[in-house]
Amino acid sequence: MLEVPAKGPTFHPLSPIRKIKNKLATVLFASAFAVATVPLVWVLFTVVERGVKAVVGQGWWTRSLAGVLPDQFAGGVYHAIYGTVLQAGIAALLSVPLGIMAAIYLVEYGRGTFAKVTTFMVDILAGVPSIVAALFIFALWISTLGFPQSAFAVSLALVLLMLPVVVRNTEEMLKLVPDELREASYALGIPKWKTILRVVVPTALPGIISGLLLALARVMGETAPVLVLVGYARSINYDAFNGNMASLPLLIYTELTNPEAAGRARVWGAALTLIVIVGALYVAAAFLNRYLTRHRT
Amino acid sequence: MTIKPDSSVVGSPAPVGPPRSGHTSIMVSTVVPRSGFKGGGRWGDRIFGSVALAAGATIIGAIALMALFLIIQAVPSLQANKANFITSTEFNTTDAGNLRFGIAELFQVTILSSLFALAIAVPIAIGIAAFLTNYAPRRLARPFGVLVDMLAAVPSIVFGLWGIFVLAPRLEPVAAFLNAHLGWLFLFGKGNVSLSGGGTIFTAGVVLAVMILPIITSVTREVFSLTPRGQVEAAQALGATKWEVVRMTVFPYGRSGMIAGSMLGLGRALGETVAVLIILRSAAQAGHWSVFDGGYTFASKIASAAAEFSSKLPTGAYIAAGLVLFLLTFVVNALARLAAGGRVSGG
Repeated sequence: MLEVPAKGPTFHPLSPIRKIKNKLATVLFASAFAVATVPLVWVLFTVVERGVKAVVGQGWWTRSLAGVLPDQFAGGVYHAIYGTVLQAGIAALLSVPLGIMAAIYLVEYGRGTFAKVTTFMVDILAGVPSIVAALFIFALWISTLGFPQSAFAVSLALVLLMLPVVVRNTEEMLKLVPDELREASYALGIPKWKTILRVVVPTALPGIISGLLLALARVMGETAPVLVLVGYARSINYDAFNGNMASLPLLIYTELTNPEAAGRARVWGAALTLIVIVGALYVAAAFLNRYLTRHRT
Repeated sequence: MTIKPDSSVVGSPAPVGPPRSGHTSIMVSTVVPRSGFKGGGRWGDRIFGSVALAAGATIIGAIALMALFLIIQAVPSLQANKANFITSTEFNTTDAGNLRFGIAELFQVTILSSLFALAIAVPIAIGIAAFLTNYAPRRLARPFGVLVDMLAAVPSIVFGLWGIFVLAPRLEPVAAFLNAHLGWLFLFGKGNVSLSGGGTIFTAGVVLAVMILPIITSVTREVFSLTPRGQVEAAQALGATKWEVVRMTVFPYGRSGMIAGSMLGLGRALGETVAVLIILRSAAQAGHWSVFDGGYTFASKIASAAAEFSSKLPTGAYIAAGLVLFLLTFVVNALARLAAGGRVSGG
């Protein structure tokens, strides 16, 4: 018997059950992706549909709500746009140098335990809820140091939220700079600090800025800090250190309590305005990224 | 003054020593210049290195200060508290002389809404990650990924508006159906707020699931894409179908990423403030772990009272709640890091 090799067909066709499982998995994975796009499209559609009327209205971008009655379809949100941009801008001014230096430390200098602890803390800071960051600034800046509620206090809380994003992104970008560049610079006798400032950072700059824009976009929509740290104002306030100041999220939250149709229109209008600003920052970041990839290869 | 050898200079030479351990060593410079070639460079290096170190230290300092100040502000109120902080469901801070507050109810609503969101988001996120890394045409995988990431760009207050005004009415029949047919299970039992209007944990959980989807997806996707090519090809050579390849190589390899991503998502859900605040309706009685309950999470409770943070003792009660939330997210994020065996990116 053993002289005759027991030889079946070389390839068996797939059993039906395996075929079905395979098809089912494909369908499930593809539909998971399809499901995820539904809320995105739905949210954007809703905001545009309900907000566009307010946004194209007269004075939306150029007037505040000073003297506008709750049921009046009038006024605009430039005071809130100013607040949103100012608060995020101050936060960027504070967190950018700090974040970039921390990333330089981690990539170019960091060795040993202290660097490991720093990396860990960056991750922890990235996970701190915005309301906790706001409470901390309240406890430190307002309750302990006695400063009044102000836009600046909001900026301080936003710094805490921006910092980990800036550090991580800058780290990634610095790591992408080829070592050959550093070595070439060292070979010319350039000290390390000058190499970092004049060679490494400029090379990574488009990526760093692109990440910055994304961080900025993210903190602009933060609502928790403005609820805790500053009061709402219906008119423009240019002073970051004193007085109430509106911002788009705060305006939305405040107008939610306005039962009139005009209030609802302002809510959706402000939501659309916020999305337009955030979207603009994303587009700018994408352009920078494209510039970056084109110039690297 | 004698100039000490190089090792005293911050971050200087460590000459061509062994590269840093682990995967982080890629692209990290190991060749370091002998600074001070012409003088001046050494001082510059010392100053610049110190500034960089100080920036790193600031981040550690920020976390330490955060814990410290929250504790300092919370302790007096905790001492004045007339109810049990852990087990009481009350949260009454109107009378500073008779503070009665506990976190039992906040804890319950926070955990239930976050876990519910996680239960919805994790399977979908894993599906998307598998689709983007193994199924989608290579040319489309990137734009598809961007589409998912765009969900993270939508401000949370906008999600809140959409959730309560647009989604909640659509979910109402679903909620009624689940309540009627699965009501025997405590999760879908009768809640402490009315189903109509949709101001329930059910609605909040669905919205939270949408909000945490991008982060879980991005972490999972990253790990999935790192599956060793050899393992995939080995499975293919054995005649595995695509699904079998994914099940036998990608999933086992990416398990740590799935766990880390889920933990990060959980951390986000626990701390989400304004969307939950807008959606959840406050309830008169305590809930019984039903997704049709209303109430407050830690974050939404704090935000709802933010306008009245004037006198110290009542404010301290909310800061105490914030401290618990801080600890909770700290633990969850540390676990995420642990699961990933180091760095977790994808913020």
